[in-house]
Amino acid sequence: MTVVVRTITRILFPISLVFGGYVIMHGHLTPGGGFQGGAVAASGLAMVLVAFGAKRLAEKKGLLSALESLGGVAFAALGFLGLGLTFFANILARSGGLFGGPVPYGPNPGELNTAGTLPLMNWAVGFKVLAGLGAVVLLFALFGGENDR
Amino acid sequence: MKWWLALAAFCLAAGFLIFGAVALRPFGEPRYREMDEYFIRFSQAELAANNVVTAIVFDYRGYDTLGEATVLFTAVTGVALILRRLKK
Repeated sequence: MTVVVRTITRILFPISLVFGGYVIMHGHLTPGGGFQGGAVAASGLAMVLVAFGAKRLAEKKGLLSALESLGGVAFAALGFLGLGLTFFANILARSGGLFGGPVPYGPNPGELNTAGTLPLMNWAVGFKVLAGLGAVVLLFALFGGENDR
Repeated sequence: MKWWLALAAFCLAAGFLIFGAVALRPFGEPRYREMDEYFIRFSQAELAANNVVTAIVFDYRGYDTLGEATVLFTAVTGVALILRRLKK
């Protein structure tokens, strides 16, 4: 691709990653969550693929695979964490520990340190969606472009 | 013959959709609302989550989300299976 596309990709790629991380991190407070934030970050990955070609990112295939597996296993493990009560029981909420802060009833802006296992599940699903969509786009790019530079 | 059949199918489907659009209940007044009121009332008390949608997706219906993640995994596996290089 041309210099314009490459320069704009260099500027926008960190921004898209940071915005995706923000959407994932605030998934239990604002609209959004793991799926949406992961898709935002994966769009940055797709932009890099368009601008710089698939060859350079193809070496990172193992990292994407590891991230996908890590996200899936972490999500299932967090589900099994509440198995003493029920499957997917939220045992961390209001426990006072990690993400265990209290929340007053009614409309309020909320705090980051609340909602128990929900933020952890958001991170797990976010990494999973980022790695999954990134792998799909990478495979399409590798299949289509033989002569990209 | 084929033409009449297509027209009849079109009229049937269009009539069904128009009936469905006209016979909708007024906005904001569903027939059964116990579930909605339970989620809105207790999601802050039980899960300490301000975002009710996330509370439903990741906790009340977490099993459904597990299946959704499995669907994503299956999609990635299918793409990788179809688009692999057959010979190096």
